[in-house]
Amino acid sequence: MDPGFLLVQSLSGLASASSLFVIASGLTLVFGVTRIVNFAHGSFYMLGAYIAVTVVPWLLELDRSPWLFFAGVLLSALAVGLLGVAMELLLLRRIYKVPELFQLLATFGVVLMVQDAVLWIWGPVDITGPRAPGLRHGVEILDQRFPAYELFLIFVGPAVLGLLWLLMHRTRFGILIRAATRDREMVGALGVNQALLFTATLFLGAFLAGLGGALQIPRVSASAQMDLSIITEVFVVTVIGGMGSVTGAFLAALLIGQLQAFGVLIFPKITLVLVFVLMAAVLVVKPWGLLGRPEPAAGRAALPEGILHPRRFGVVEGTIAMLAVATAFVLPLFADAYTLKVATEVLVLALAAFSLNFLVGNGGIVSFGHAAYFGLGAYAAGLLVTRLGVPMEPALVAAPLAGAFFAALFGFFVVRLSGIYLAMLTLAFAQIAYAVCFQWVEVTGGDNGVVGVWPSPWAASRQVYFYVVAVCAVAGIAAMRHVIYAPFGATLRAARDSEVRADAIGVDVRTHRWLGFTLAGAAAGLAGGLYAFSKGSMDPTLLGIPTSVDFLAMILLGGIQTVMGPVIGAAAFHSIKDVFMPLTDYWRFFLGASIIALVLIFPRGLGGAYGKLRGSRPVQHA
Amino acid sequence: MGEKAISRRGALVGGGVAAAALVGLRPARAQGAPVRIGELNSYSRMAAFSVPYRNAMQLAADTINRAGGVMGGRPLEFIFRDDGATPGDAVRVAEDLLTRENVAFIAGTFLSNVGLAVADFANQRKRLFFATEPLSDAITMAQGNRYTWRLRPNTYMQTRMLTEAARGQTARRWGIVAPNYEYGQSAAANFKRLITQSIPGAQIVVEQYPALGRVDAGATVGALSQARPDAIFNVLFGPDLTAFVREGNTRGLFERRLVLSLLSGEPEYMIPLGDECPEGWIVTGYPWEQVDAPAHRAYVEAYRARFNETPRMGSLLGYVTVEVLANLLNKANSLDSEALVEALRDLRSDTVTGPVTMRGLDHQGTMGTWVGETVLRGRTGAMRNVRYVDGAEVMFPEAEVRAARPNA
Repeated sequence: MDPGFLLVQSLSGLASASSLFVIASGLTLVFGVTRIVNFAHGSFYMLGAYIAVTVVPWLLELDRSPWLFFAGVLLSALAVGLLGVAMELLLLRRIYKVPELFQLLATFGVVLMVQDAVLWIWGPVDITGPRAPGLRHGVEILDQRFPAYELFLIFVGPAVLGLLWLLMHRTRFGILIRAATRDREMVGALGVNQALLFTATLFLGAFLAGLGGALQIPRVSASAQMDLSIITEVFVVTVIGGMGSVTGAFLAALLIGQLQAFGVLIFPKITLVLVFVLMAAVLVVKPWGLLGRPEPAAGRAALPEGILHPRRFGVVEGTIAMLAVATAFVLPLFADAYTLKVATEVLVLALAAFSLNFLVGNGGIVSFGHAAYFGLGAYAAGLLVTRLGVPMEPALVAAPLAGAFFAALFGFFVVRLSGIYLAMLTLAFAQIAYAVCFQWVEVTGGDNGVVGVWPSPWAASRQVYFYVVAVCAVAGIAAMRHVIYAPFGATLRAARDSEVRADAIGVDVRTHRWLGFTLAGAAAGLAGGLYAFSKGSMDPTLLGIPTSVDFLAMILLGGIQTVMGPVIGAAAFHSIKDVFMPLTDYWRFFLGASIIALVLIFPRGLGGAYGKLRGSRPVQHA
Repeated sequence: MGEKAISRRGALVGGGVAAAALVGLRPARAQGAPVRIGELNSYSRMAAFSVPYRNAMQLAADTINRAGGVMGGRPLEFIFRDDGATPGDAVRVAEDLLTRENVAFIAGTFLSNVGLAVADFANQRKRLFFATEPLSDAITMAQGNRYTWRLRPNTYMQTRMLTEAARGQTARRWGIVAPNYEYGQSAAANFKRLITQSIPGAQIVVEQYPALGRVDAGATVGALSQARPDAIFNVLFGPDLTAFVREGNTRGLFERRLVLSLLSGEPEYMIPLGDECPEGWIVTGYPWEQVDAPAHRAYVEAYRARFNETPRMGSLLGYVTVEVLANLLNKANSLDSEALVEALRDLRSDTVTGPVTMRGLDHQGTMGTWVGETVLRGRTGAMRNVRYVDGAEVMFPEAEVRAARPNA
């Protein structure tokens, strides 16, 4: 290949890297200080682009000068920064005291609301912004033409890096940010006004996301899907770089930019998954990312965020549980066909959510990729039925086995990590599994999936199939509940609360976690198999990030500190969605608003709220 | 509420004209129990397409109802539902429509995976599913079933329109750029198969499959131009298309190169391109302002008066869908699924795009589309040298259908 092409291709990579870094630096700063996994960061990016395509043309009407263009870009970024402040003041500030994961749920609610708000304000048609005056042309580099605007972008990344460095090392605010990233409690103990620090950090983070979005308008059109298309990539950059490390994010962005620029030449079909393969590889070798530091909480006893004292059922709880199971089993006698369908789905989702909380609440293993085992279970069952003509019954046995097998395979690497890095590694494996289902068209049917996965004739009616699901789900949940109360569950909790102490008393932490991960994978796989037969089809969206996020939303709504909360959460989440979807095109807005309302009213989830009501609030930790 | 008031008034202005064209001047207003049809589509995720589509359906239904309805005086009623843009949600919504809303049958869907899942569900429940927008060949070919019919020209048909338009060209070295999912992959596969029939000796020298919605435009344009193709077949659309065209314009990718581009002439994708719209691409699309048939002009006037916007491809599809469905109901004069399926077999309907036949062999409609060249008029793109290609001219050969659908 001629050198001119290689040079230009790597310049393309640098331009993408630069844009990616601007956005990722905001995310990594926010995470470093507040420990919030801010899903809404992609929404800020999108809002930056939308505000810019509104403001910049208006400014250019006055005068077509480059200065006004960049003034418009900065203005848009500032506006987004203020929206970040609004989110901090109105929402996040109210929930700093609750487990960190709930903030993730709240930001997810914001994502849903912003998506529909954007559709409502700017309409559904993509909006193409103006090009930057003075930078419209192409520049000849070794006989190849390269856009002048992208040459400019290449310099934006290092400039932002430099400015952030100055901010972090030469201002008091920056020093506080660094201090809070190292040890938040210590900063608080020293009398720093944390509320102000958090607000300012959210402003900076949202400003950078908005800047990243506004700078994109000469390249891409503003569209309502751009938030989700950027957020995973930005997460990958921050994790590879090391959460909280700005320089690490810069290195990671460079790496990913070049990987994509040259990846399209060699693997034109799988560039997306390349970045996840890279992330998985980096995390296996360097568990804290390239330049990240071990999380301050690692190694010392942290505030547990999950199930503290799994209380046994009292008379009231026992009665409620009996009633719930009894209602489920007589439901087919009087419910109409549709209610039965929804109830079937709720049971399936409850099983999947319970298995996730077995990891998150009981084991402290926060998985962002639990849908992988759900989906792989569905694929195992579905492919057996459609490709090999196996009947439903053995296929339903194969589903949990497949879930367990892949959970054991991925879990082997996953349980070596902890915290957010562990979560991101589960996400990486889920994306790799997703990519395989998506690309391996001959076997999996690609993104069209596989249809014709229907139950055996005896279970074909909605009523009978409901009983099949009910028996499997109730048995699965009861079995896992039993494990939580068994010594194995207690050991997992011990390992969650203090790995070092658990290790000291002779617990093989890794093996226990690995087995726990495998068990949860098996239950999720069973749920996936049941789901496939209830829908008659499966496709890669079952393994996708949105499905994983839905599961997380369910357990958080239900309360990760309770044993039975996920079941309530699954029912609540699915019902809210089912109520709003037929009512309005803007159902995502109402789903998001409901989630936020529930987070604010029941900051420990619905199950946690019940526990409080019963006066069984677990021991208060200061 | 406000929208409803406006829409009624608008319909009075515009609807009458179209009504005359549609069903003849029958004064009687529709009475009796409404015929309910469940329409599920990605109204939230794919709003740019599906909202104009739903608007036009409502316009057409109101027009028909004012002129006496269907099946001897029953009004048409559509129950619109969001399909959530995932197969799982869509199947639940379809169940809801069939069981709780008591619709006679279901129609709609946008994404191919959603369409296929709903088609299989309909087959399982033995209820008619009238797929409108999903373009996947599989819906009427490999995974076709008795209860599923599709109106819009599929990927194969649209690709074939373009390759036939390229007949006589001399470009030998071709590059392909397509989004990496079923639609893009099957368009590319069809193209490879068909282009050699139009241009003997044509070969593919480079293929790029960026992820849907995430094209890395710089790297993709670089990879394409590096292979120095004579011509490019493009399947990108939406935000991907805009990013690709901008990057390609700046880097001179399209200079002195023939470009065939699927769907790019549709207003949905042409409008966002604005003054970046490249000239001289051969595209399929919908140049609504150049379609002169009186019935079509009446529908355009009614649509613009009622919704205060120009029609999109989605609008046309929604309108034609309702015309075909109304004709179907009148012919079948029954809501029984089997009767409806039998009535659809080779059903010929007069629509604003001209006659449309639902071919019984593969359940594919002969609705066509327009092929032309892009041109920049002022600050927006348009099409010129436009020709309507009837779908019947470019359908899958019968032998291929019989091989793919052994039971047909």
